[in-house]
Amino acid sequence: MTTNSLTTSQGAGRAGDKVFSGATLAAGCLILVVLFGVALFLVIQAIPALVAPPSDIQGGQGFFAYIGPIVVGTLIAAVIALVIATPVAIGVALFISHYAPRRLASGLGYVVDLLAAIPSVVYGAWGAAFLAPQISPAYGWLATYMGWLPIFQGPASATGKTILTASIVLSVMVLPIITSLSREIFLQTPKLHEEAALALGATRWEMIKMAVLPFGRPGIVSAIMLGLGRALGETMAVALVLSSGALTASLIQTGNQTIAAEIALNFPEASGLKVSTLIAAGLVLFVITLGVNMIARWIISRHKEFSGAN
Amino acid sequence: MTVTAPVARKRSALTKGQLPAFAPYVVLAVALVLGAAILALIGFNAFGWGLVSAILFAIGLVGWSAVVEGGRKARDKLATCLIVGSFLVALLPLISVIWTVLVNGIPGIITPGFLTTSMNGVTGSLDNKSVDDGTKVLGGIYHAVLGTVQITLLATVISVPVGLLTAIYLVEYGNDRALARAITFFVDVMTGIPSIVAGLFSAAFFFAVVGPGTKTGAVAAVALSVLMIPVVVRSSEEMLKIVPNELREAAYALGVRKWRTILKVVIPTAISGIASGVTLAIARVIGETAPILVTAGFATTINNNVFGGWMASLPTFIYTQILNPTSPSNPDPSSQRAWGAALVLIILVMLLNLGARLIARIFAPKAGR
Repeated sequence: MTTNSLTTSQGAGRAGDKVFSGATLAAGCLILVVLFGVALFLVIQAIPALVAPPSDIQGGQGFFAYIGPIVVGTLIAAVIALVIATPVAIGVALFISHYAPRRLASGLGYVVDLLAAIPSVVYGAWGAAFLAPQISPAYGWLATYMGWLPIFQGPASATGKTILTASIVLSVMVLPIITSLSREIFLQTPKLHEEAALALGATRWEMIKMAVLPFGRPGIVSAIMLGLGRALGETMAVALVLSSGALTASLIQTGNQTIAAEIALNFPEASGLKVSTLIAAGLVLFVITLGVNMIARWIISRHKEFSGAN
Repeated sequence: MTVTAPVARKRSALTKGQLPAFAPYVVLAVALVLGAAILALIGFNAFGWGLVSAILFAIGLVGWSAVVEGGRKARDKLATCLIVGSFLVALLPLISVIWTVLVNGIPGIITPGFLTTSMNGVTGSLDNKSVDDGTKVLGGIYHAVLGTVQITLLATVISVPVGLLTAIYLVEYGNDRALARAITFFVDVMTGIPSIVAGLFSAAFFFAVVGPGTKTGAVAAVALSVLMIPVVVRSSEEMLKIVPNELREAAYALGVRKWRTILKVVIPTAISGIASGVTLAIARVIGETAPILVTAGFATTINNNVFGGWMASLPTFIYTQILNPTSPSNPDPSSQRAWGAALVLIILVMLLNLGARLIARIFAPKAGR
């Protein structure tokens, strides 16, 4: 009889089972430990900044006076990015799922995914070298004719390196995320709903309004939340594009700063308490994005049938 | 005999009140001409021509449709215009980015020695001299390419076993237990960690364990692993899930142990998908700048030791060359090097993406069906 190598050595096999399942379990637990460790080590290294006397922190007013304007700047940049990206992303997703010829659809989807493949530092360089100079005349126009709005108050930045330019670059970077998730969900709309709407005489847009969008709404919301998480934490687009400064309401002047860019610009040369302060700023960013992402995932998990998250 | 001709000319009641099939082309031609005329008045440029023509096209087609076909059809036309328009708008930055990188990057990349020399000894005065004399820009990206490869390789070596084993746990052993559900949830949450926070975590960890100010390639590799593991877990999990259960059951029926079934049957079946997922994960982290910036520092020389000393990488090279040019008075050589490095980085990422698709196609299991 030939011995089958798969079934011989009973004892080793049983031990192998134990070792292997133990290893997989350990790897799974390691991930939980790492996530916990991210929070733990950030807190440990951040504590000196939180307990230090206010006069020692940059600005001399304590940590929260330092981080407050930056958090607001981060939110402004992320929200503008989403306001720009969301309508375009949903349009692109609808185009790929319901408008483009079937044969082209997957190729076009790949083209949009290419947007996600371009490294963030390249977007930053593009925003600083190409977009900012091109867009600064538009800011001049806005300052002249729309200057009565606080957000367009002049004088406009001559270089175009403003929070609005940074937000436009951010919107390009979150666009593929929102597009790919929405596209997945739109494709899962029950065919019978769509055909029923068309059979009742609906135009294509009415069919989308009645069948596709209501079905996809929770998915769109969570896609926007995931995009928000990305926009909040994106570093390079802001660090290279924005010439930062104090918090201002005007979007077309230099000024404002985001947490991620503040860390990237200052961390390499920081030492002592400054390191602590920046790590504490990172902790704040971590908590904000964690909250946003958990809400998004919770919305997705409530609607299991949308496997858009995969 | 003459009766049939008028009947054939008459339009059917079903198609009455519709725009003819050639309507969009007519409107497009009129819009392009009108757009060119308007732009000629205020100063011609291609972008403005496209924008004005697109707006004119939408107004013209929707207006014509509203007159002939009524409000519902007109609204449908408007939605179509907006949706196709949004796709074209999304293409603009892609084309613009790739064009900008190509135009600015090619002079850098064809400079002799750009790919084979480091920035060792390249100073601001050398840059000034090359601008004044019009000689070639010295210095290159060899050290940065080397650093990127080492850091990414170490990150892959850390992430793939952890990610793959976790995926195996989730699919084969998890059975939808509370722990498996928790891992799935937190892996999803981990996907959303901002890259700079991953870098700060790794820095904080090594500051606490090894000593303050520890910056090496390995610290950067740990930071990249935090970003890479969730991607590997998600893609491997999907691939393991689609391995048919019949294969596992056939192995069990032959008396094969579970771990050998997984190693010899399940993973070989899914290997093409896993490999392409790993390649995509590498493509994702190879362009990360922020985590390397806070963990590996900057170097201008070749460093072959991942565990000691500062290390350069392509993304941080681009970043520092743009933000702190080697010669502050003449930033052009630095920006030429930065764009050259950006072109190399984009080519690397595109090759990895293409490679992932090829791997998935070539090594796909030969299905019996």
